[in-house]
Parts: sequence; C-alpha cells; structure tokens
Amino acid sequence: MSSEPRRRGHSGLRLSWWNLVLLVPLIVLFTPMYNADRPRLFGMPYFYWHQFLFVFIGVISVAIVYLATRDKKPKKQDTQENSGEDGK
Amino acid sequence: MNGGQIVELVVFVVLFAFVTVLGFVAARWKSASLDHIDEWGLGGRRFGAWISWFLLGGDLYTAYTFVAVPALIFGSGALGMYALPYTIIAYPIVLLPALRLWSVSRAKGYVTPADFVRGRFNSPTLALLIAITGIVATMPYIALQLAGLEAVLRTMGINASGLLGHLPLLIAFVILALYTYQSGLRAPALIAVVKDALIYIVIIVAVIYLPIKFGGFGHIFDISQQKLSEISPKTGKPKGSILLTGNNQLQYATLAFGSALALFLYPHSVTGVLASKGRRVIKRNMVALPAYSFVLGLLCLLGFIALAAGTSPITNNATGEPDTNTVVPNLFGTQFPSWFAGIAYAAIGIGALVPAAVMSIGAANMWTRNIYKSYLRRNATPAQEAKQAKLASLIVKFGAVAFVVFIDPQFSIDLQLIGGVLILQTLPAVAIALFTRWLHKAGLIAGWIVGMGWGIIMLYGIPRANGTGHFGGSALPLGHLSIFGWHPFEGSQVQIYVGFVALIANLVVAVLVTLIARAFGAKDSGDETTADDYHVDEDTPLPEKASSTNPA
Repeated sequence: MSSEPRRRGHSGLRLSWWNLVLLVPLIVLFTPMYNADRPRLFGMPYFYWHQFLFVFIGVISVAIVYLATRDKKPKKQDTQENSGEDGK
Repeated sequence: MNGGQIVELVVFVVLFAFVTVLGFVAARWKSASLDHIDEWGLGGRRFGAWISWFLLGGDLYTAYTFVAVPALIFGSGALGMYALPYTIIAYPIVLLPALRLWSVSRAKGYVTPADFVRGRFNSPTLALLIAITGIVATMPYIALQLAGLEAVLRTMGINASGLLGHLPLLIAFVILALYTYQSGLRAPALIAVVKDALIYIVIIVAVIYLPIKFGGFGHIFDISQQKLSEISPKTGKPKGSILLTGNNQLQYATLAFGSALALFLYPHSVTGVLASKGRRVIKRNMVALPAYSFVLGLLCLLGFIALAAGTSPITNNATGEPDTNTVVPNLFGTQFPSWFAGIAYAAIGIGALVPAAVMSIGAANMWTRNIYKSYLRRNATPAQEAKQAKLASLIVKFGAVAFVVFIDPQFSIDLQLIGGVLILQTLPAVAIALFTRWLHKAGLIAGWIVGMGWGIIMLYGIPRANGTGHFGGSALPLGHLSIFGWHPFEGSQVQIYVGFVALIANLVVAVLVTLIARAFGAKDSGDETTADDYHVDEDTPLPEKASSTNPA
C-alpha cells in the first residue's frame, strides 16, 4: 500500500561512481602479484607484508566512499537526490 | 597439573568470573523491557559506533579463528593466511548491502535475513529454506567455539577423558546460557569489550616479544620454510610452504572471496549489523573493523613463531590424537610466565563466549521468526516471540555442547566446513535480492537446491590427508570437477574452493529458471518493500513496534 506505483524490481538504487572505489581492495585476490619471498620487510617475506599493506588499502578505500557519499543535505526524503550510498 | 598451570587457572577463573558478573548486569544496561524480541534479540537496535565495533569484532573474529588459523599455518604454511585477504575484502563488499539490509529491516521491523526474504518475495517457503540453512550452518560454528575453549582448558591441564573432562566446559556453558537467557544481546556486547581489550594486549605483547626472542622474523620464516618442506609420512609430500604453490593459488583466492561473501550471510553477523543504531554506525564500523583483521594477521604469524619455537600440540586424552588447536595456547604456556599465559587463555576462552552467545541469539531469532511464528503460531505476540527466542537460545547452546561431548570434534569441523558452503547458497535470495527483485522465487529455490546438493556432493568426494575418507577439506582439484560426467578440466591439479563452484551453479540455475518462469508467464509473488525502505535511517520513526511481516 505504498503511495508510489509499485512495480517489480523497483529497488531505489542510488548510483554513485565513488562506489567503484570499493573494488580496489579486491586486487588482493590476485595472488601471482605478491606470491614471492623477496623483497623482505623486517624479515617478513613479500607475500606477508604485502597483504598487511592491503589492510590499510581496504580501510582507505571504504573511508573514501564513506566520506564522499555522505548525505550533504540532512533529513531530506527525496528519492531522486543522488546521495550515492547504494550502487550496484 | 603443575604449579604454573594452577597460576594460569586462577587468572583464568578470576577473569571468567568478572565477565560472568558483567553478563548478568548487562540486563540493566540501556534498560528496556526484555520481553520484546527487538530488545532481547537486537539490543533494541540502539548500539552506537563503539559498542557495535566491539560487538561485531567479538562476533566475527571468534575464538576458533584465533586458535585454528594459526594452527592451520603451523600445519601447512601460507595457505592459512587466506584469513587475512578474506577479512580485508569482506568490508568493502559488505558495506552497501549491509546498509540496505539495515534500512529495510528498520522500516519493516525485520529481525533476521529470512524475515527480509519473506517480505521481499512474499514467500514463507523461501524464508524457511533460508532460516534452516542459517540454523544448520550456525550450530557447528557454536560447537567449534567450544572446541576453542577446550583447547585452552586442555593446555591448562584439564585434559581428562570421558565426561569428567568435559565438566568445566559444561559449567562455562551453563553460565553463558543463563546470562544470555536473561540479558539477550546486551550481554555479549558488554563482554566483547573485555574480550577485545584482552586480545589486543596479548597479541601486541606476543608479536613484539616472541620475534625478539627467536632471532627476528627473517630467522623465524627461514626455519618455518625448512620445517614445512619436510616430507610428511602420511601423504608423502611436503607439509607446506611459506609461499603458495601453482596449485593452491586459485584455492587461496576463491576461499578468501567465498568466505568474505559468506561472512555477512551468517545469522550472527546480521544480528550484529541490525543491532546498530543507524547507517552511520555501520559505515564507520566498516572502516574501523579491519583493525581486527590486522590483529588476525599478526595472529597468523604466531603459527610460524610456534614452528620456529618447536612448539608441539598437546595430545587430547579423550581421543589419543594430538589436538592441533592447542598449538597457540601451548606456545603461550611454554614461552610466557604463567600469569600472562593465564590472561592469554582467558582472552581466548572469553573470546569463545561472545560469538557463541551472538550465534545462539541469531539462530534463536531465526527459529522464532521464520519457523515458530510463520508456521507454528502465526499470531504470536512480541512477548511470546521473546520467550520463544530465549528458550531456543538455550536449546541451540546445549545442542552445541552435545555435539562436542558426544560426537568426535572432527565432526564439528567437517560440519563447519559444510556450513560455510551452505550459507553461501543463500547469497542470491538475501544479498542479490537487496539490490534487485529480478530473480523469480522459483529460480531462487531451484538455485538453492542445486547449490546445496552439488556443494555437499563435492565436499563428500574430497578425501582426507591420508587419501581415504570423505569431507577432507574444501579444496577441489579442477580435474575432479564433473558436470554430469563431463570433466572440463581433465587432469588439472589446480584447486578451487567448493563453495565458489556451488555458488556459480546456484546463480546459473537461478537465472535460467527465472527466464523460464517468465517465458511461461509465471505470476510474480509480490514484494512488500518499497524503494524508499532501503534508505530509511535512524531519524525515521519505526512503523509500529509490532512486526509487520505477516504475509498480506
């Protein structure tokens, strides 16, 4: 019983290019990139410290999306506004 | 039991008693009537950023992870590190769906992911499948928390065989069951703060002190490589390596990816997310939770330190087999003074209680909302729901104890492995449905059946390390992949994660059946959610306190 016309698949997606930044951390899945012993850092093989580095890349990526897609106009109930919190 | 173990035990018991008091006091915190399932099972949806961070951290990074992941590295090297990329990619993947799920659940009063599925597809049947999957996947997960707790108890010398050996575990669980019954989600939320503080202290001390003691990480990794390349008498191959091999890289990546997709499909993770106060709390947590991933990565390194230190697992007197989960506890027991080892054990032990409590609450919510209320008692009041959920949480926990006491612990590990593959099969109905209603109910059900069935068949067909038996892991050599007898990768030894293969089959079937259903003009089942529901935030008033998920 919604006020707007109900149609199948209507999911109110709000797209934002910023959301693509969320794909950056997935690079860590490409193991040939870092499956090596050297160079070592603090005695740790590349395989290990590279993945620790990606913890920070993950944090920065999510933080960028969070900051870039914050609602600028608070309390606005307008579906058309591109607040960009949800994308595909 | 020697003198050192008595000191360890005293420290352990004191800290354990402290969190027990905390668990009971939690009922009065941010108090409200706990006779409503929203209050008991979701903490009133009121947790702010800090408490959510502790709760989710305590919930997702379980005691079992803390002992089993380093144990896996101890046994096979680099492959065990998959836990790090897994928890790195989980948050960027989950951010957007978690926000939409939180909003629609707030708008419609949903308590479980199956509630959402029922509303989205107007289908109690599909919701029932999701609920059963969730409960079945969660039970062995709780049992594994007990296995983690027992590994610690065993290291402290409580290693009797038979029922007597399980008595301390039983006592710990009765206490846990009582305060969860009384305080609901508030209890693990408060206890998680203590648990996490202990874990952080212990790990930071360990990864600074131990490498200095054993000649630095360079030396530790060199010795580890030497020990891992020894030929295992069981398999006739090296035990592992500090790097991945050509054959297990795909397994590493797909296991990390599949596990990340599965993480927030588990009922206990959803419970943690829905308990947040608003969207901003969730976003901040997705930024801040990787702090735990970093600690988990450091924990992984303990597996190598244990190799370099020559730590050996303790034999489980109940089965006569070495318990690999005791590697990390034993490393602490042999390298640190007793009082510090006691703190480390308490951290792991309490670390078992938090997820066990949240998991039992998540499973209890699902039972209550999607089985009891949907099928057994449709007009249950919120108070009756809360009562039912409390009882169900008791049953779930004692079911898990029975698992550990009466059945070989190996069985729980097998089931947990299967559980991960199973829960992944709910992805199309839960996560994809958050973004699009394109898939048809019939397609989702068909995909679920195929994903489940084929996933279990593939897991069954994987032999154990000694070459016989079943359920020997989740790594399937591509050469064994068989589609109705057709082997597309004949002879390949490259391994892939079974859950990932099953999920792809699930998606293909879901899409095909949806297309067929549409072609034959099958009626759509309807959708009670609206576009705006997916963007509701904390400033929007709740619809009404009672649930609105009754099928129209």
